Amino acid sequence: MGQTIIEKIIARNIGRESVRPGEIVTANVDRVMLDDIMMPFIVGKFQEMGFRKVWDPDKVVMIYDHLVPASQQDDTRHYRVGDAFAKEQEISNVHRSDGICHQLMTEAGYVKPGDVVFGTDSHTTTYGCVGAFSTGIGYTEMAAILGTGTLWVKVPETIRVEIEGELPEGVMSKDVILRLIGDLGADGATYRALEFTGSTVDQMTVASRMTMANMAIEAGAKCALFTPDEKTAEYCGVELSDFQKGLTGDADAVYCRTLHYRAEDFAPVMACPSQVDRIRNVSELEGTPIDQVFIGSCTNGRLEDLAAAAEVLEGKQIAPFIRLIVTPASRMIYEQADRQGILRTLIAAGAIVTHPGCGLCCGRAGGILSDGERVVATNNRNFLGRMGTSKVEIYLASPRTAALCALTGTITTRA
Amino acid sequence: MEHFTGKVWVLGNDIDTDIIIPTEYLALKTIDEMKPYGFSPLRPELAGKIGSGDIIVAGKNFGCGSSREQAPEVVKALGIRCVIAKSFARIFFRNAINNGLLLIEQPDLYDDVKEGDTIAVTVNQDIEYQGKRYPIHSLPDNLVEIINAGGLVKAMRRRNGLEA
Amino acid sequence: MGMTIAEKIIALAAGVPEAKAGNIYTVSLDRMMSNDGTTHLTVDMYYNRLKNPHIADTKKMVFIVDHNVPSDSPKTAASQKKMRDFAREHQIDFWEGKGVCHQIMMEHYVRPGELIFGADSHTCTYGALGAFGTGVGCTDLLYGMVTGTSWVLAPETVKFNLVGKLREGVYPRDLMLTIIGTIGANGVNYQVMEFTGPGAKTLSVNDHMVLCNLSVEAGAKTAIFEADEIALEYLRARGREPKAVFASDPDAVYEREYTFDLSEIVPVVAKPDFVDALAPATEVCGVRIDEAFLGSCNNGRIDELRVGAAIVKGRKVSDHVRFLVVPASQEVYLQAMEEGLLQTFMESGAIVMNPNCSVCWGSCQGVIGENEVLISTGTRNFKGRAGHPSSKVYLGSAATVAASAIRGEICTADML
Repeated sequence: MGQTIIEKIIARNIGRESVRPGEIVTANVDRVMLDDIMMPFIVGKFQEMGFRKVWDPDKVVMIYDHLVPASQQDDTRHYRVGDAFAKEQEISNVHRSDGICHQLMTEAGYVKPGDVVFGTDSHTTTYGCVGAFSTGIGYTEMAAILGTGTLWVKVPETIRVEIEGELPEGVMSKDVILRLIGDLGADGATYRALEFTGSTVDQMTVASRMTMANMAIEAGAKCALFTPDEKTAEYCGVELSDFQKGLTGDADAVYCRTLHYRAEDFAPVMACPSQVDRIRNVSELEGTPIDQVFIGSCTNGRLEDLAAAAEVLEGKQIAPFIRLIVTPASRMIYEQADRQGILRTLIAAGAIVTHPGCGLCCGRAGGILSDGERVVATNNRNFLGRMGTSKVEIYLASPRTAALCALTGTITTRA
Repeated sequence: MEHFTGKVWVLGNDIDTDIIIPTEYLALKTIDEMKPYGFSPLRPELAGKIGSGDIIVAGKNFGCGSSREQAPEVVKALGIRCVIAKSFARIFFRNAINNGLLLIEQPDLYDDVKEGDTIAVTVNQDIEYQGKRYPIHSLPDNLVEIINAGGLVKAMRRRNGLEA
Repeated sequence: MGMTIAEKIIALAAGVPEAKAGNIYTVSLDRMMSNDGTTHLTVDMYYNRLKNPHIADTKKMVFIVDHNVPSDSPKTAASQKKMRDFAREHQIDFWEGKGVCHQIMMEHYVRPGELIFGADSHTCTYGALGAFGTGVGCTDLLYGMVTGTSWVLAPETVKFNLVGKLREGVYPRDLMLTIIGTIGANGVNYQVMEFTGPGAKTLSVNDHMVLCNLSVEAGAKTAIFEADEIALEYLRARGREPKAVFASDPDAVYEREYTFDLSEIVPVVAKPDFVDALAPATEVCGVRIDEAFLGSCNNGRIDELRVGAAIVKGRKVSDHVRFLVVPASQEVYLQAMEEGLLQTFMESGAIVMNPNCSVCWGSCQGVIGENEVLISTGTRNFKGRAGHPSSKVYLGSAATVAASAIRGEICTADML
């Protein structure tokens, strides 16, 4: 019988021909990602468990991003704990200010199609954009992996999402995934894998796919997978092996659910406060006044996102008293956006461009808001209190929509 | 069969990890320091009111969002004996098990129970509330093993020969 | 009897023919600047303490959000919102995220001969263009806002005669730290530092700003240069005309005079925790650092970014160092971008932040932790200024800071 992508990855990982949903197996971990905010806890648990040596230092990647630059006095303790652990364990893959973990994991070549990867952050699902099984775990499980190189996983059922056709002008992959989360609900894919397929997805850049894989967790998904193609190979700097090329859902694979979408039916949407699955068409919200716009995060801080915003803002000025904060997802993206004049355009329009990092998305700095204020943001969560007090309203949108809102100071679809 | 009773705090659907413990407090050094901020975006007074042995009853998708394990640790540190919800988010579920915080999925209790009332829980069997019994499932074996070991840290200590 | 530049500015602002040190004058203020450090307090007083709240001339007011940008906490956000709402309601010039207040003031407002109050101690920077700028508290600012006037005690002037020329690898910041270290942190309390002499002619407007900006660290009420041709050119290029160009009279009275030979200045640092704890940079070489900061209203302009970028070009920031580079304004940022300097910093591994007070203010970016050591081009190295009370801050030039970031310990550029 046929298999889904996740079944193929897990089977290959444990050296079997096939696996079935519901089976509990022990996976051999190809790579782990440890972020700064969890660092003292991971190291503490690792020691408490009685481990001395990391199973394979080359497979460990440490990334400081939530706390960069440090905004509180104890933040740098996380770097110090991480640096000491890296030194002791001879871990050389350490990124101290290069950008957001999920961007760097694929951008810097740590994740390849078909890999099994765990990270101490829920948006680890992102690496499904290149056809890897990746998901978020807590620090205790991370400590156990560091000691053993393995983790138990339950093989998930798969929800197949087929999208065919060409997206309308002005619609980005963010609008697609937001609509999908709205349709599935915030728990609609809990414990399941999402598998994206269809001509719309085939036409997407790897960056656009990242946005979708990144947000799969907002529907509760364990992972979200795209079939690796030529674009993936180029992005990852690899020649696809037969195994990697074969990471498609078989025609006779069993899906717990299949959703069909016509690309033409998508429109710019927003997730309204304070739930990611509270989706409305932007046109329904037209005219709502806003105070701030945030363009960035592992969801939408990539070059094409910044370029989409720059296209809207070229030669124009954002509305008076509106803050537009732009936080590129990585150092490389910043450098590219600089070379292409995108940052110049954004700043000339009135944007504040910060150093790459999690920025406002993780709610520790980077543009925190006050009671009664409203922000349009391109990141992945609009939870209560995520960007300030619980009286801040967060609307999630695509970078294009976000830029339009900055121009007018209101929620809008119009240039 | 393990049996206990406790006072109930009722929370809603989609109680996310940022509500359970906001990012602002995640880099505090200890769970005890974070504890007072538990559930603060939603109910700032709640952390101060929860007593040891109390029970949280919530709707669907409890613990959705971040992988922050501080969330179940804070819930446990507040003295919560167990969380009963219509459903749990995946990462939170694993994190709770690994820290020995008991989670029980029960589809109907949430719709009936009132905050401040007392319920009686018999693990792997049922919950009793105002004379009515609400059945609950037992956990998969591999999770029972982790719980029986006293959490994942203890399970690993045993593996590494540090504990019998 | 003759007057100094400061006395002439006060006389003009007071509408009297002559002003003399030691007398108190009621002056008309040309401009008032307030930033997000304290504006929320001023706004509170405006609404809660005044019987008849009004603003004498909104055109004289400038509000600048620069201390915590982007906002780092709900408390900051609430303060900034109060300021923003007030500016909007009263149609006050409002700048947010465009740069450090003093840099914005220099780029867009300050004119020679003006008397300017700013609710920030480094308002003394404006003497670089021959204006009298001084820092005040928010009560004084509120009084100025409501009446358009204030009182000033005309300060005595101390003359700093600069001779010679700075050697290569030595910067105005080394000079000013040397001056402060020589005269002490209260060396010119309540006085005006007037910089003059042939050495002054070798300095640019930027260099003037470096010197004037730090004058408050020696206790000065302000510092001032005669607006020379270079200053007037700076002004013209920005489409502004001077209010009045003053030179001190030959028979003006100075409280005392110093002479500094620029050619004798060497790279120096101010050691923790005092700006006047002067030492040659070579004396502290080898001190391990955790963070380096290139920025601030003192040293975050294109000149310093060029110096820093030239040093880090082709090199990597030490693994254990966070090197924050924060241009003083968006204008500076864009210029640095144009020249490829930001690219150079990014390639070296630096953290390039948006223009704001950043590490110098110590509360929202690059906050340093327990027992950590920072070398900084900021204005102050007071205990705990940049973070944890146990942390230490050294002040040095852009060159020393950039070189130290590469080495991972304090060193001078020629040691790389």
